[in-house]
Amino acid sequence: MKPADYLIKGVSLPDGKKADIAISDGVIASLSNGFKGEANTIIDGSECVALPGLVDLHTHLREPGREDAETVLSGSRAGAKGGFTALSAMANTSPVADTAGVVEQVYRLGQEAGLLDVFPIGAVTQGLKGEALSEIGAMADSVARVRVFSDDGNCVFDPLVMRRALEYIKKFGGLIAQHAQDPRMTIGSQMNEGVVSARLGLKGWPAVAEEAIIARDVLLADHVKSRLHICHLTTAGGVEIIRWAKARGIDVTAEVTPHHLLLTDDLASSYDPVYKVNPPLRTESDVHALREALADGTIDIVATDHAPHPTEAKECEWQEAAFGMLGLETALSIVQKTMVDTGLMNWVQVAERMSITPARIGGYESHGQALVSGSIANLVVINPTQKWTVDRDLVVSNSSNTPYHGHELPGVVAHTFYKGVATLINGNLTSIGGM
Amino acid sequence: MSVALSAQDINRALTRISHEILEKNQGATNIVLLGIPTRGAHIAARISAIIGSIEGAEVPTGTLDITLFRDDLRMRPPRAIMPTKIPASGIEGKDVILIDDVLFSGRTIRAALDALGEIGRPRTVQLAALVDRGHRELPIKADFIGKNLPTAKNQSVKVLLSEIDGRDEVTIEEGAE
Amino acid sequence: MRHLLSIADLNKSEAISILDTASELARVSDGAVKKLPTLRGRTIVNLFAEDSTRTRISFEAAAKRLSADVINFSAKGSSLSKGESLKDTAMTLQAMGADAVVIRHPASGAAQRLADSHWMSGSVVNAGDGTHEHPSQALLDAFTIRKHLGMGGSDLTGLSVAIVGDILHSRVARSNVLLLSMLGAKVTLVAPPTLLPVGIDSWPATVSYDFDSVIPHVDVVMMLRVQQERMSDLFFPNAREYSRYFGLNTDRMACMKKGAIVMHPGPMNRGLEISAEVADSARSVITEQVTNGVSVRMAILYVLLAGGALEVGSN
Repeated sequence: MKPADYLIKGVSLPDGKKADIAISDGVIASLSNGFKGEANTIIDGSECVALPGLVDLHTHLREPGREDAETVLSGSRAGAKGGFTALSAMANTSPVADTAGVVEQVYRLGQEAGLLDVFPIGAVTQGLKGEALSEIGAMADSVARVRVFSDDGNCVFDPLVMRRALEYIKKFGGLIAQHAQDPRMTIGSQMNEGVVSARLGLKGWPAVAEEAIIARDVLLADHVKSRLHICHLTTAGGVEIIRWAKARGIDVTAEVTPHHLLLTDDLASSYDPVYKVNPPLRTESDVHALREALADGTIDIVATDHAPHPTEAKECEWQEAAFGMLGLETALSIVQKTMVDTGLMNWVQVAERMSITPARIGGYESHGQALVSGSIANLVVINPTQKWTVDRDLVVSNSSNTPYHGHELPGVVAHTFYKGVATLINGNLTSIGGM
Repeated sequence: MSVALSAQDINRALTRISHEILEKNQGATNIVLLGIPTRGAHIAARISAIIGSIEGAEVPTGTLDITLFRDDLRMRPPRAIMPTKIPASGIEGKDVILIDDVLFSGRTIRAALDALGEIGRPRTVQLAALVDRGHRELPIKADFIGKNLPTAKNQSVKVLLSEIDGRDEVTIEEGAE
Repeated sequence: MRHLLSIADLNKSEAISILDTASELARVSDGAVKKLPTLRGRTIVNLFAEDSTRTRISFEAAAKRLSADVINFSAKGSSLSKGESLKDTAMTLQAMGADAVVIRHPASGAAQRLADSHWMSGSVVNAGDGTHEHPSQALLDAFTIRKHLGMGGSDLTGLSVAIVGDILHSRVARSNVLLLSMLGAKVTLVAPPTLLPVGIDSWPATVSYDFDSVIPHVDVVMMLRVQQERMSDLFFPNAREYSRYFGLNTDRMACMKKGAIVMHPGPMNRGLEISAEVADSARSVITEQVTNGVSVRMAILYVLLAGGALEVGSN
């Protein structure tokens, strides 16, 4: 018998059982206690936990258009570093991903990078303008097989457009991922509206501007019996609406970002735009509601909303700065810190929220598979006992707008395997793919 | 620490200075006393009272804060500005007696001369100090001195006045500052 | 103290010491002395990214009376409204050796960005940032109130102040609420509910929508400028209705307490938030606010710049 490509010895599975995982020819060749065969690379997994490769349903890769901020390749590397084996590239590129041509380009760039799967998200409306539907069918039938559509960055505000989009995607079992933000109520808004915005004199962004759209859209989804996904939920009120909708049997899913599980609006007191993000950081009580909702499954998944920006877009006055923060390389650590180390979730639930469920929502069949013999070897090995300190000068992303610079975080992503090939070994990116 | 002047010594010195001022200026009719806050202002008030009792007439007395005119502002933390009170009669054509507690480098007096120059043109400016401890850095000398106290540069002279400190005393401390 | 960015940077004794210093400086400048050598050799840059002739002139006069060299850098609108320009401007000022930058900027927090960045090392004085704060205005307002109504004490204990108008967008209101309450005054904010920020319940002030019920009980009525463009944003129906409920006219002035004063940070909209008769009445201390502004700004520059670098940050 030929030696396995990799052997991960004595690693904990999400449920806590120990196993030796042998990887060969792109699949998990065996999963056993006491692997007896040979292996080309042997990895000590004794302090580590193995999870199915992480799947991000919300990533901004910026290519085409803003390659100075991120490219498909640099974003793929950041993803591999963070333990991801699949990313979903948001449509707000330049040109916008509203045609088959653009989504196929992004998909192809992902395959060329070869570090993980990049699944393009198509725009709901042409140019993200919220008026005319984009070529949704053509994108669905393209090589990229787009199933998730979103105008993220913009809200699909016109209720008729939203209704039609929800109906149209039923043709192929698609999904509308809504960026819930009433644009009229948030003209010029800079941060969560509340005690802190009142003090800082920054224009407020009321929770109701998010919640009103969520409420409307779950009712629309119910009415036309279609699938709705709510991007980056941030408020306790939004959690209540999703909980109500699920109890009614409405086909809605929701995501929360790592930063909304940890950071709060008082960070804006520094006027440092690294904390400026859309939707904005909310209050402590919102953070607690989001954590509870993620733990009890009201919120289905964690998605990063990784939003790279060049230095000059953040090195300025708050109100001039771009919205968004990096997320891929810190996501797992933030989830461990906020959900696992607090006892709210175990590793089985982390695997569900960060891999299995996002893969199911996105229709990414080769991802989110259980760690069993014969599965496609997309997996990540993390060491939850180690800590690391975030350094914005050392991030893999082309940008450096991480809000965690200088933070010590738990959980180190040690090894990432994409289709049976290591993209990250001992925390170092390997030289595969388009490097 | 050693006591250089007792309460009685201070009292005697101020009385002598008062007489000397009167003698030199041939009476009190044209003089204005300006004390440099904080302690110089209290000494000026005492001299004013002594002269008043000798001459039987009130002497125009005020204060002159020189903080804004100092040339060493950048070498120390910001200091509070003390009141400047020029008597209603003004200083134009007067014989102004500047009064301070300790005469040391002379920089305070230089600043006081600058400050005076902004206010008016006295006929003469004279200087009275309770203690002259030497170490002048500028060509300045006092007209009336309570006591010459030869000191080392690293010693510090402390003037205590009952108005502020509860008692009258001048001490020399070693190696301070 | 290295910068003055917000009233929140001051504690009570520091605030009072600025007012006391301003009193002494006012006395000095009232007399024969027009120019003090205190800041000779220091360079102060007035960086005004937004029009405000009165504030700029006030700081310029203050700096010049202290013998500082003043450079006016007015860059209204576009060139400075982009962040990279703020950074580049700051680095230019640093290269020119500015000891202090007095900054007026349309973005809230711009002064703090300048102070916290490593783009320049001088002191930063916030001369109004967006809708955040305007600390020197609050200090001159407190100075004026203390001069007129202070009962011998160094603070404002026992006084009641109404601040009336567009609280939501007012940097003057934000700084005054913090400062006047810190100095012991009772502050009431009077405005239509649309012009009060969400979260105002956390401020050290009470809120009223009814100007008439507040007027007879306060020692100071401070009127705020209402900008005409607020109407298009639906904050109130029209100027006439605003004026009817929240304008200070002679009828309302007649209900004021004996000795109570009227203030306005300027520039006024005569006929909108304040009638011409009130603005020019004996109760109005509006022009005196301008005079006091110079002394207070001298005090601010003195406190920030007169001390030596070695000791900065002590106490």
